[in-house]
Amino acid sequence: MTLKIDDVRNIAHLARLHIDEADIDRYVADLSSILDLVDQMNQVDSSGVAPLSNPLDATQRLRDDEVTESNQRDKFQAIAPDVSQGFYRVPKVIE
Amino acid sequence: MTRSISDIRRGLAAGDFSSVEITQDYLSRIAQHNPALNCFISVTGDIALEQARQADAALATGEAAVLAGVPLAHKDLFCTDGVRTSCGSRILDNFIAPYDATVIERFKRDGAVMLGKTNMDEFAMGSSNENSYYGSVANPWNTRHVPGGSSGGSAAAVAAGLAPGATGTDTGGSIRQPAALCGVTGIKPTYGRVSRYGMIAYGSSLDQGGPFARSAEDCALLLQTMSGFDPRDSTSTEQAVPDYSAGLGQGIEGLKIGLPKEYFAEGLDSRIAGVIETAIAELRKLGAEIRDISLPNTSLSIPTYYVIAMAECSSNLSRMDGVRFGHRAENPVDLEDLYKRSRGEGFGAEVKRRIMIGTYALSAGYYDAYYLKAQQLRRMIKQDFQQAFADVDLILGPTTPETAFELGAKTDDPVSMYLQDIYTISLNLAGLPGMSLPVGFLDGLPVGMQLIGDYFDEAGLLNAAHCYQQVTDWHLQVPEAFR
Repeated sequence: MTLKIDDVRNIAHLARLHIDEADIDRYVADLSSILDLVDQMNQVDSSGVAPLSNPLDATQRLRDDEVTESNQRDKFQAIAPDVSQGFYRVPKVIE
Repeated sequence: MTRSISDIRRGLAAGDFSSVEITQDYLSRIAQHNPALNCFISVTGDIALEQARQADAALATGEAAVLAGVPLAHKDLFCTDGVRTSCGSRILDNFIAPYDATVIERFKRDGAVMLGKTNMDEFAMGSSNENSYYGSVANPWNTRHVPGGSSGGSAAAVAAGLAPGATGTDTGGSIRQPAALCGVTGIKPTYGRVSRYGMIAYGSSLDQGGPFARSAEDCALLLQTMSGFDPRDSTSTEQAVPDYSAGLGQGIEGLKIGLPKEYFAEGLDSRIAGVIETAIAELRKLGAEIRDISLPNTSLSIPTYYVIAMAECSSNLSRMDGVRFGHRAENPVDLEDLYKRSRGEGFGAEVKRRIMIGTYALSAGYYDAYYLKAQQLRRMIKQDFQQAFADVDLILGPTTPETAFELGAKTDDPVSMYLQDIYTISLNLAGLPGMSLPVGFLDGLPVGMQLIGDYFDEAGLLNAAHCYQQVTDWHLQVPEAFR
């Protein structure tokens, strides 16, 4: 499985990752070799096997819909990069 | 400073030394040796001494908790309230966790002292500790070699006597592989045994916390504190936790141990096979019955693991967005630029590779070929183990295909690094418990043996390892520079 430069640019965009242009070729080579490794999965016929998502085959435990957390906004926002009046500030999204 | 945790508990109880004294001893050893080893990202001396004073007060009343006054180190992946929790990443370099992980809370409850937070591969992604934003860790047995990863700082700290025990996490071998490479004992419990609450997630269906220590006896003590149901982790299990220390020393007469032929095949350093054979002979002398078994899908575990782990990490790490915590890029022109540059600057190369592969595997049109296929193979790998455990009580093999390699030897080829995990990652896919214990040396570097147990049989693993350690002294060896 060989990726092209545009494939890697597209994947990086989907993942919201800035990749320096100078590093693109390296990522193309590395990701292609990882996908070659991954392609070994196709050596085995697994048709009809039920997919396993939780290793214990456990299902999600549910709980009553009750409030269990207290409001710790100030504590959480103390470590935020930019807050104002209890809100997280980001660049303008809507004109 | 080769005291075991059991020795420290006895000494504290008998009044031979105080927790403040022994904590100061460890802090001065850290100050002396950490510049060369780089085991610690943060040393929390003030917190440690305050906790030690409280432990001494509790010990004086005779009503101290089980680990009162015992100094420990924690992987910098467990959130610690008020203390930086970096996960080895630039993106969390300024992250002061606002709460304690359940594991940390339980160690506090049981009176342990926190010496500091240990170095690790960024977001636990790596097998050599070379992917840390804070630099690589040196192996105490030979400082030109890696300690393994991702919990490399914890393993090296215990090996060098900078802490008598430490926590780690294991997503594909990140406790067992560094334990093997540093010559210490480490256990990864069954998935669901130890709460993941407050453990910064890498692969949520694979991650498990566990301890490192100098012996199985000490691991039993630490695992006891760490284990048990936690309503805050939706995958925590409600299984009762046995008394691990009480289960030690039951003997292994008649214990059926399986040797998977795939774990002794091509790719294993033949001299490691020889060391493992010698350890098997010891277990035979103790009455174990050794049988040959097969885990036919072993070779598929690496591709399967990397699809599942990378898919899960691409989701989990999307929360590192530069908005609510962590690194934010300067002067973003818009929100997309903020996300992309904060993440591009904050993550290292290996983390970016894994996020991108995971994003690709989950993207439209590729899901069935990668993620669904990997989940099917995951079940086949689990079934191999279930069939094996119908005939044997434990499974045994090498922990790693080679001893600690030189720093830089595999950094240019990510795939060759991934192959280090061949014997360890299938357990995470299946959710089974496993441990590594030291069983010999090659060229001055430790060799680790892996024991694999059936679901929730941590007690059986610890007992077998303890029996072996009662008749051998590999676990008591200390690198010369750190005696």
